[in-house]
Parts: sequence; C-alpha cells; structure tokens
Amino acid sequence: MPDPVAIIGIGQTQFRATTPGVSYKELMFEAASRAYADAGIDPRRDIDSFVCCSEDLTEGTSIFDEYVPDQLGAVLRPVHTIGGDGIQGLAAAYMQVLTGVFDVVAVEAHSKASNILTPHHVLALALEPGLVRPLGAHPHFVAGLEMSRYLAESGTTREQCATVVAKNRFNALFNDAAAYGADVEVDDILRAAATFAPLTALDTSAPADGAIVVVLASEARAHALGADAVWIRGAGWRSDSAGLDSRSWGTAAYAHLAAQQAYELAGIASPSREIDFAEVDDTFSYKELQHLEALGLFGEGEAGPATEEGLTAIDGDLPVNASGGSLGVGHLGEATGLQKVVEVVRQLRGEAGQRQIEDVEVGLAQSWRGVPTATGAVVVLSRE
Amino acid sequence: MGLRRVAVVGAGMTKFMRRAMETGRELAWQASSMALESCEMTRRDIDCVVLGTAPDTFDGVHMKGEYLADGAGGWQKPVMRGYVGGGTGVFSPIQGWYHVASGLFDTCLVVCEEKMSTCLPHPQAAFLTIFDNMLERPLGPNLIWIFALEMHRYMTVHGVSKRDIALVSVKNKGNALDHPCAQVAQKITVDDVLNSETLVWPVSWLDISPVSDGAVALVLAAEHVAKRVTDKPVWIDGVGWHLDSAYWTNRDLYYPKYVEYAARMAYRMAGITEPRKQIQIAEPYDPFSYKELHHLEGLLLCGKGEAAQMTADGVTQRDGDLPVCPSGGLLGVGNPIAAAGLMKVAEIFWQLRGEAGKRQVPGKPTTGVAQAWGDLMQVGTVTVLRT
Amino acid sequence: MTSEREYPGTPLTDGQLRRGEVLLVEHEPNARYAWDAGVAIGRSLAELKKGRLVGRECYRCRRIVVPPRMFCEQCFRPTDRWVYLKDSGRVNTYSISYLRWDATRVAKPSIPAVIEIDGASKGMGILHLLGGVKPEDVQMGMRVKAVWKPPRQREGSIRDIRYFRPY
Repeated sequence: MPDPVAIIGIGQTQFRATTPGVSYKELMFEAASRAYADAGIDPRRDIDSFVCCSEDLTEGTSIFDEYVPDQLGAVLRPVHTIGGDGIQGLAAAYMQVLTGVFDVVAVEAHSKASNILTPHHVLALALEPGLVRPLGAHPHFVAGLEMSRYLAESGTTREQCATVVAKNRFNALFNDAAAYGADVEVDDILRAAATFAPLTALDTSAPADGAIVVVLASEARAHALGADAVWIRGAGWRSDSAGLDSRSWGTAAYAHLAAQQAYELAGIASPSREIDFAEVDDTFSYKELQHLEALGLFGEGEAGPATEEGLTAIDGDLPVNASGGSLGVGHLGEATGLQKVVEVVRQLRGEAGQRQIEDVEVGLAQSWRGVPTATGAVVVLSRE
Repeated sequence: MGLRRVAVVGAGMTKFMRRAMETGRELAWQASSMALESCEMTRRDIDCVVLGTAPDTFDGVHMKGEYLADGAGGWQKPVMRGYVGGGTGVFSPIQGWYHVASGLFDTCLVVCEEKMSTCLPHPQAAFLTIFDNMLERPLGPNLIWIFALEMHRYMTVHGVSKRDIALVSVKNKGNALDHPCAQVAQKITVDDVLNSETLVWPVSWLDISPVSDGAVALVLAAEHVAKRVTDKPVWIDGVGWHLDSAYWTNRDLYYPKYVEYAARMAYRMAGITEPRKQIQIAEPYDPFSYKELHHLEGLLLCGKGEAAQMTADGVTQRDGDLPVCPSGGLLGVGNPIAAAGLMKVAEIFWQLRGEAGKRQVPGKPTTGVAQAWGDLMQVGTVTVLRT
Repeated sequence: MTSEREYPGTPLTDGQLRRGEVLLVEHEPNARYAWDAGVAIGRSLAELKKGRLVGRECYRCRRIVVPPRMFCEQCFRPTDRWVYLKDSGRVNTYSISYLRWDATRVAKPSIPAVIEIDGASKGMGILHLLGGVKPEDVQMGMRVKAVWKPPRQREGSIRDIRYFRPY
C-alpha cells in the first residue's frame, strides 16, 4: 500500500450559472487564496508543484497552460496542465508526492461554461471526425443511447432516474455554493419533453461557472504544518475505448476498473460495506445509478431501487451526492471531479453544515469526463 | 525513502512529414508498436500510458487525448495527457517518470503525437488562438511575431548577428541528413539562410522548423523491470520543469529564466554541479535557429551571450567537445510539436546506447540532456539521462 | 536504431490532395466564445475607450503593472490601487512582419513591438504595432506615443489605439 498523502487545504468560489463580473483569472485567484489560507501556506514559498486541468476548446484559447500561473502564485515554479479532469489532476499530484521529491502540490480546475456561446457545437468537436461527426447530431445523442441500453440491461426505470434528480437538487438547497438547488418532483421530470429519449432536459445537469483549488501534502509535511488532514488512501483512473463502435454501452467499465485500482491501493475488499458515502458523477440522472453499480457500491440493477427506497439520501445507509451532485451544484466541466473531492473532504472534516452526514470515516469521489468519452477517475479518502 | 529509479528501455518513431496519410491515432500506433517491439514487450506489459499532444486546434478534435488514446495503447489503461505546449515532448517522459517513480506503476508507455496538416488553410493560423484573448488577438498576431521579437532582443543585448545564428540552421539541417525520419534535411550555407525569404524580420525562412505530422514513443520501466528487459537501460536521473508568467510583455526576453530554473531542478536531482563538464551531449529545443543558442545558455552549458561563439568554434558539432542536436533537431528532422521534443529524448537514448548509426557521436557519452520549450515563451522542460 | 531500417509513415503531397487521390472529411468548427473581461480587463477596456491606459499597483513590491491585474503574481496578494499611465513609452523590442496571422504574405509589412509604458514599472510592456514610421527607421529603445482612434470610433478595445508612433 502506498504512503498516505494528505489533503491539507481546499478552496473554491461559489458556483453560478453566470459570473459576468469576474474573469477566469479572478475566479482562480479567489479559489487559490482560500485554499492556501485553509492549508496555512504561502504558494511562493511552500508549494513544490502545481497541476491544472483544462481543455483548450472549453476555454477558447489554445495552449491554455500559458495563462494559469500568475493567479495561482505559480510564476517560475513547476506547473503543468493535463487535458483531463480534476480527479485525474489530483492523481497526478498524488503521484508527484509519492515520488518523495515533492512535498506540497496544488491542483486547480475551473469552469467558465457561461462564456461558450456554442457549447454543443464545441462538444460535437469531440466526436470522431471521420464517421461519427458527419452524422451532424447533437452530441447528447450518445447519452440517450447509453441511457436506453443501461435501463434495458439493468432493469432500472425512468422513475428511479428521476428520483436521483429530485434527491440531488433537493440536497443542493443546503449547499450555499450550489447553483441549481430546487424542490423538483419525480413527476416534473417524467412529464418533461424528451431531448434524446429517454433523456429529458431535467435529467441533464446544467452548466455552472466556478473555480476550485485543492492542496496535497506528504505525511511528514502535513504533520509539520499541523494540518487538519484528510487522507488519500487510493486513486485510479481509466480510459475505455473512445470509439462509440467498440465500447460496451450498458456498464461504465472505466469506473469499475478505476475503482478496482483505488480499492486495491486503499486495501478495501468490500466497498459497499467499507465506503460510508460517495460523491459520484451524475452529469445525467442515470449516470449516478450506472456509476454506483460499476463502483460496486450496489449490485447490478440495484442502485435504482435503493435510491427509490431512500438508501442514498443524506440520512440513508450510503448517502450519495449529499452536495447536490452536478444536477444540483451545476456541471463544472473539468472541475466537477474537484467539487466532489471538496465535498468528501468537508464531510470527513465535519464541516458540511446542514448537509453533514453522521459518523463518516471513509468517502469516495468519482468523476467521468462526459460525452463522448469513456474516461473516469476514482479517489478514496479517509479521516484517519 | 530512496528515489525509485526509472529507465527508458525502448523507443520508436515515425517519419516526420509535412502531411501523413495516417491519422493521428495511426501515427501513435506506429510509434508505440515500434517502441514496444524494440524491447520485446507487449501492451499487456504496460501498466499506464502518458500521452503528449499539443493544440487540439490542429486536429480539429476537442479533448483529443481521448480520441487518440486507443492508438497509444490506452484501451482500458490509466491514460493521462500532459499538455505544456511545445514543452510537452520532454515533459511527457517526466510525467511518465512520476507515474513509475511514485511506485503505483512499474512500466509506462510514453507517446507523443502531432498531426498538424489537418488544419486548413495553414496550421500556422491556429496559433492565433494562443495569444491573449482580450489584448493581443485583436492585433492579428502571427506566431512568428513572438519569436522575432525575442530573437531581436537576444541579438541586441548580446551583439549577436543573423550570420552568427545561421550557423545553427546549417549544422542541424546538415546533421539531419543522417536521420532516416528527417523531413527537411539539407546541406545549406550561412548565405542560403541570409538570402532566404524574410518572414518576420529578423526571422527568415531557413531559420525556422517546418509544420509536421509524426509520432514518437518511449517505454519506461522501474529498475527491477528495466534490468530484466535490457542490458542497456538509460536512467532518467534528473527531471525539471518551470513555467514563467503569462505576462510575457513584462519579461525581458533575452534570456530564458524558466529554462535555467528547470535545468537547475533536473541537475540537482541528477547530482550535476558543473553541467558543461558533466554533460557530454545535448538536445536543446530548436524550433528556430536562435533558440538553440538561447536554450544552451538557459541550460547553463555556456555563459549568457556565449552560445554563438561556442557554435562558431565548432564545439557543438557532432565531433566537437559538446555535440548539440546531433539528431538534426527540429530544424532538420521536423517539428510535429509534441513529438519533436520526444524525438530529442529518443535521440539521447539511442546515442547513450551507441545505437544512433551514422549520427553516433564519438567518445561513448554517458550523460545527456534533452530540453523542450513551450507556451508563450514560458515553459522549460528538462531531462537528464544517463547510462 | 539502424539507418537501414524503414520507418513508418506515408508522406502525401499537395498534388495528391488536389487530384483527389486521397479521401478527406472536412468540417468547419463552430466554436464561439464571449469571455467575461472581469474586473481588471473590464476597467482596462473601459479606459481605452476613454483614451487612457491604466495599470495596478502592489503596495508590497511597489510594482505598477500593465496590463492590469487584480492579483500581484510575485507577492501573491491582491493589488491595491489603479494608476493612470501615460500613453507613451519606449520600444523594448520590435520586428517587421510580412505575414498576416494566417500565414498569407503581405507586401506592406506591419511592425509589431513590445512597448514599455511610461508610468508603469520598468520592463512593463504591452504588445502593439508601430506606425507612421518606415520599418528601416525604427530603433530599439525609440520613444513612441499612441495614436488613438477618434472617440466616436472607439469600442473599448486594444485597437482603440491605432498604433504607436515615434516622437
């Protein structure tokens, strides 16, 4: 088992549908300032390396890495960007600390989704250019296809998916940072017009803007700083076939394999018993259920019924997306994974206020890079 | 806890071409297969994949790391795409290094691929979008502007002429005649460079590397695996990378501080205290002729302003005291952005193992440095390799 | 690596493409953005519309920086106040460009330059164009002054300055 690596600081901005008064640099500066204050460090002196997560076409700037260092306190420091999501970024920082060469590493991701005027056309650029893109379809068709397949294979119902939406958006009402907290009913969702059947607009998380920074430290440095540490026990990430033609549609294999790696490192043999709560990707309602099963937290076809029975509510046996998930918080692009990590950290620290889950020791955060990818990452965090 | 040693055990590359028939995935597959074959490993032996590829705007594919992963052996593996612009080619093995040195993985396939020809009408147009969206793009800048501004500053501060700088193009394009993958190898003279078309003064046509398609791959392994796989592992003994401020117009461009800082980081790790004495072979990043000089100084292989003289004295020839870009560099072999930097690491790998064929430098070098540069005159990435 | 070995990769020529010997799939991206200028650049653009350049000062390191930013990247703290700068400066470096942004050639070159702005700290330059001067007459270190568009034509853009001219 690898050495434990600590998360010693978290910082974020509010997440909102639009953030017209501030630039992405100003959002990043706010998140970084908060994270470094939380960690009790000065980035000009104490941080050994910085990892940023972004995609050029989401930003509208090529080689976006150019524009990150100043507002993070990272000028003339080791900085690199990954074309990956926040939990992959966390994994990169985790590995750097494990080498023994870097004691403190910061990870950043943000979303300025409101600044993209043609979001679905940009997303369509991620479709394979030779055979898929020429179909001229809105890229969410991929999610519609997958949802159909998942429902058919697992026996999950649309009602169960709608329950996920209702749960998460309600949870978000207790999260000050969330953009889309609301009391929606299952019927509202079932009655909504289909977008990519069986998906409706209400099954789909809406985008939000915001920035998040997380600071990792080696065990020795965390102790030296007297940090209120939460520990990374294991992490995993996987890319299944990018090709729509060669993937299995019903199960989220990337999540299953990524979790396997994380559990092995964390020494977790029985996840459904040993994980107390989870923040899993819910970009679309059905994804929460599909992911819960792939992560081994519920058996095949059982996540839907479990949700209906309230097992994944904040006061349930295995609370899922107490923060509100992307459905309630807003979809933050590559920062989504870090939003989940931050929630897990807050819960483990006992700082989740009205959404606090009782008696938590071990939490899981999981991300998916979204349509049309089959890439996701998992991290297991614990209090001790 | 001691540092876990990581070695390069295999390498492969495609030709560098102005326009390849192969897609980006196919280029990545060709380089990866060759790298695996070279050390008799298969995809099954690979624990993780690091993919390096620069602007998505060239390929016209968003999140292109996802699209390319299959071609790089990434199916159902942990795949991560690092992206530091032109610095990516030397950063990717550093990223591979931390994957293995962390102890989480024993082997890593590092693949860098670039397909620039897809972008019409000319790939260079894509570079408009690297400039600041608010205050620079409206001025309609061309990529070469920043190189020209930097080259002019360098020339002015050190009293170096275009003639002095042209020697780098002559050397590298000539060296590339011995590289089987080279796109623009040719025997030229200093006057050829000075008489070539002025693009953005002081940069002329023969001062710059071309637009290219190509891929390179390396296989990295932890010590216990490396020793099983080959009797000539090349150790990654030092890694360094630094990023300077985005506000490049607030910096004096005559000297690449970020390269120096990255080099110091790598040298410290490798136990190098006198780089000029302890390093026998160097592959600094040479997308433009003057950059080789700029980077030699940043790498502390000579004093500030001294690289031109060092070149004129023949020190950096293949049979000189410190061979520089024996591969032929970007100026001679080509510049498929991310793959170009990895080509330099592959060159050091082959040179240290005595496998560089006609390009082999004499004297059996044991320590080499590869360096790349990227972003907006900002990033230095450095690796020190040793047998 | 031996030089006798055949390396993979199949080069294509422009001719092959023109003659249709190779199949292509074409796509024109529709990627459009409206970036929030934010506090620093928002003010900067508003001031440009009024014919002024503005910077920010950090009280700790005492630098006056341009382009303005709400954070000091050296001290990692918020910057403290707005400072009006002059619209003149000194050429730190320049070049003579015969290429447009899309690599097409032009007969009449443009003169991009980094201009250190008067009123900001030493070395604080911005990217702009020189004009009203022949390329061969430009010198490093030359003093230049902004030539503005007339107020009616200004939009709140860096192009509200037409170019910088020697004086």
